[in-house]
Parts: sequence; C-alpha cells; structure tokens
Amino acid sequence: MNRADALNLVKESITQVVPDADLAALGPEDTFRDALEMDSLDFLSYLEILGERTGVRIDDADAPQLTTLSGSADFLAARVT
Amino acid sequence: MAEFTMPSLGADMDEGTLVEWLVAPGDPVRRGDPVAVVETAKSTIEVECFESGAMGRRLVEPGTTVPVGTPLALIEPAAEPREEPGEAGRPREEPRVPSASRRAAPAPAAGAGAGPAPAPAAGPAPPRAPAASGAPEHGAAEAGPLVRHLAERSGVDLGSVHGTGPAGRVTRADIERASAGAAPRSPRVRATPLARRLAAELGVGLSEVTGSGRDAAVRARDVSGAAARRSAAHPPQRPATAAARASRPPGEEAPGMRQAIARLMTRANRDIPHYYLSTTVDMTAATDWLHDHNRRAPLPERLLPAALLLRAAAVAAREVPELNGFWADDRFTPGEGVHLGVAVSLRGGGLVAPVLHRADTLDPHALMAALKDLVTRARTGRLRGSEVSGATITVTNLGDQGVETVFGVIHPPQVALVGFGRVVDRPWAVGGLLGVRPVVTVTLSADHRATDGAVGARYLSAVDRLLQKPEKL
Repeated sequence: MNRADALNLVKESITQVVPDADLAALGPEDTFRDALEMDSLDFLSYLEILGERTGVRIDDADAPQLTTLSGSADFLAARVT
Repeated sequence: MAEFTMPSLGADMDEGTLVEWLVAPGDPVRRGDPVAVVETAKSTIEVECFESGAMGRRLVEPGTTVPVGTPLALIEPAAEPREEPGEAGRPREEPRVPSASRRAAPAPAAGAGAGPAPAPAAGPAPPRAPAASGAPEHGAAEAGPLVRHLAERSGVDLGSVHGTGPAGRVTRADIERASAGAAPRSPRVRATPLARRLAAELGVGLSEVTGSGRDAAVRARDVSGAAARRSAAHPPQRPATAAARASRPPGEEAPGMRQAIARLMTRANRDIPHYYLSTTVDMTAATDWLHDHNRRAPLPERLLPAALLLRAAAVAAREVPELNGFWADDRFTPGEGVHLGVAVSLRGGGLVAPVLHRADTLDPHALMAALKDLVTRARTGRLRGSEVSGATITVTNLGDQGVETVFGVIHPPQVALVGFGRVVDRPWAVGGLLGVRPVVTVTLSADHRATDGAVGARYLSAVDRLLQKPEKL
C-alpha cells in the first residue's frame, strides 16, 4: 500500500469513530487520540477498523505508533502489501 | 387493552417528545420490541413495548411533547376473539402487575422522592377497581370485567352503549366506538386521598401528574411538584419543531442536557448525605492477565482494563447488596440483580449513564462487548429505553481523561457511585521492599442514610480482592 492510500485509509477510519473530527486541523505528528478526545474504547475501535480494512495484525505493542496520522500511515504502508 | 405510555427514562426526566412511530397501527408487536422513538432532554431513545399484541390506535402525534406517563397508543391483544358469554366474570388476562412492571421497576419516576415504583411504562394499573370484581355495576348492560374496566378508563357509560356481542353483550369494539365518539375523559388515576384534595385545591389535573407511590399512584408531593413546575411557566404540551432537532450539529450538547443534569445533581446534593471512601488497588495481576490475554486475542476480542474494573464493581455490588438498590420513602430497597450504570461522556459535553443489565452475570468478555455496544450507541446512535433506566449502582471511570481519583455524585434514587481513576505506575511497598507497580484509585460515594462507612469499606475491599484474581473474574 502506498503512503497516500494509507493516509487516506487512516483518515477514513478516524472519521468512522469520530464522525465530526476536524482532520484538516490536525498536524501529521499531532497525537490525534488526545486532540480528538478519543478514549480507550474509541482508540480500540480505531485499531479494529484499521485491522478489518487492511487485514494486518495489530498488536498492543504497535499501539503507541498508531496515535498520530503519520505514524499510522507509515505503519500501514510498511505492513500492508 | 393496554396503553403504551411515555416511559420514565431516568430520574431527571419529566417529559419527552415523541419523535416517530416505528410500527404502524395493526402491526404485531412483541414485548421488548422498539415501537417508538422518544427524545428526552438528554438523548434520543428507542422505546420498547411492554406488552405483546397489535399496535392499536395512536393517541399522540409525532412532534408532541408530553409528560411521563401519558398514554401514547393502545396495544390490542394479539388475537381478538369475540367475548364469549361463558366468559362472564372471568378476566381474560391475568392482572399483569409483576411481570410487566418488574423490568421497568427500578426506573425512577420523575420528580422529587421518586422511588422504585413501577414505571408508567408498565402499562395500566392492575384492575383493582370495583369494576373488576365481576358484579354487574351499571345494571342494564352485560359486559365482562375487562370491558367494564375499559369503559371506565375511556369514560364511557356502559348503560348508554348498545351491545353488539352475543345476547346483546357489550364488547371492546363497542366501547372503542363509543369512546371515539365521546369527548375524551381523563382515565381514572390512582391517587391518595390527600393528593386528590390537593390537586382539586391547586387546580392540577391528576392525569398530568407522574405518580411516585406504589403502582405509580399519585401522592401529595407529586401534585405539589407538578403545581410548582406549572407555575414556573412550564407548558405541559408544546410541539417540538423538526427543524430544531435536525439543526443540532453533532458534537454539540443537546439542548436541555445541561438543565437535566443540573436538576438531577442539585437534587442529589441536596437530598443525599454523601460519604466518601477511597483505596488504592495494586493492578499488577490484572494488568499482567490483560496483557497476556490481549497478546493472544484478535483485535475484536481484546479487553480494556475497564472490563475488569466493571466486572469487579458488579460482583462486589452483589456481595454487598446494601449498596445496590434505591433509597425511597425513607427506606432502602435492594435492587433485583446488579444493573450497572456506566457514566459515558458525550463528545461536545454532557453525559448519559446507560445500563449494563445483570452485569454481575457477565464475564469480562461479555461485559466488554456490551460496553462497546452501549458506548458507541450512546455517542452516535440510539439507546433503547431499557438501556437507560433501571441502574441499581453507577460507575464512573475517568481514567481515560488522565484523572487519578474521582469522587462522584450519586444518581438518585441509587445509593452508591463507584469511581475508577487511571491505572498509573507508582512506587509500592511489597513484602518490605519498594517496587514500581501499576495501581488504580477506587472510590466510593455512598448515601449515609442507607449505609455507614463500614459497609462502604467492605465494598472497596471486595473490589480490591476481586482484582487480585483476574482469572476468576
């Protein structure tokens, strides 16, 4: 998966969890989990959606990398073939 | 003939707006089916039917705001056989007090002093009126007790009804025809004598008052409460504009949400003498167990610490039943089962406390699934009536917000609120040595009228003990 597609997929997944999320105001390195006030249930839903849509395995240890837009996009770009 | 009434969906609800019907007249309905959508000050809720049968005549149009307890529609018996002569004096249905009302029982009626009286949603009051005794009352007309009861409720004089049944018996259909033609009269409301006198003095219609007494009977203080609300220029009926509903942007606090919370919390703070206890629980065992489970589980089956915390809170409530129930009429009534209210903050502000019913019987996996579902629907979609009422104890978990300790305000008429903070690493003495351990602060706010500190302490030690054996939870 190229990085642009990965970033789009990340943004769509966030929007699915937080429908009114203002992604334009979000920098690539901002911790969106805090910025969008996602709680642990929201964040788990986000991981589930990423996993469902890409089929990639996401471990607890991967979670810290997945709290920013660029971290999530890099993760998917590297893992999803 | 049963009535489907505006249910009480929380101690802070006085009225609701019927938004839409989900079934058409004539459609079959089963107990537990959602039949209508109701908007309260705090949220939009699918309301279930408490009877099985067929959707009958609708009494209220969508867009109308009515007080709790107002009949919204009639539910007709599923099969509508003509009444046989041999049935005279024999009720066709059992008086349906317990089964229908039990589920709704903990739903507090609106207004001060609301207690675990059966909610209005439980249907009509049991037929204890003399009409049900089987003795003919109005002389001329032959009619079964249920038909007489219906006539009384509909304000129809049996003597003036032409019976079309066998041998000139008056049937339900006759009563309905007559009542459709007759000017609607308020059904007879169960009320105490003092309440009736007070209502007459204050000019309050008893049918507009939500009863907080046994079987939803209206009591004097319900009447004075209604009078006070009315004098505060609170019109009982007003059309809700569709535009106002549709225009609320997502993420903005529902109109009325703040006021509803304000009313409930003011009442809690005024009426409940709270006492507060706190303890710090070593979460090493629980955290290790979670990590181990989550390493092996696929994403949808992963557990959050909240699943174990809620499970421990529910089991501890079963062990210390003095904290699981309601304070009403100057005494404590234990809850039937542990129904865990979970405070959920909404994006844009405000909160709702949907209920995990029989939470003590759900293992952490089932609790986790139920929690995800409830929270998602509380924030994005619709909750059902049974999911916002009947909590016997409430849990608030502010750990995600970074808070370590939360001392909450009890939701009346409940008598306890459990607070969980964030799981944090702290220096911790174990066996004379200092180590770094994940710990969580568990608090209890409890009603001192119902329990003393020793009971609360028992509860917190139970939570601690349970969390040390996560594999047994």
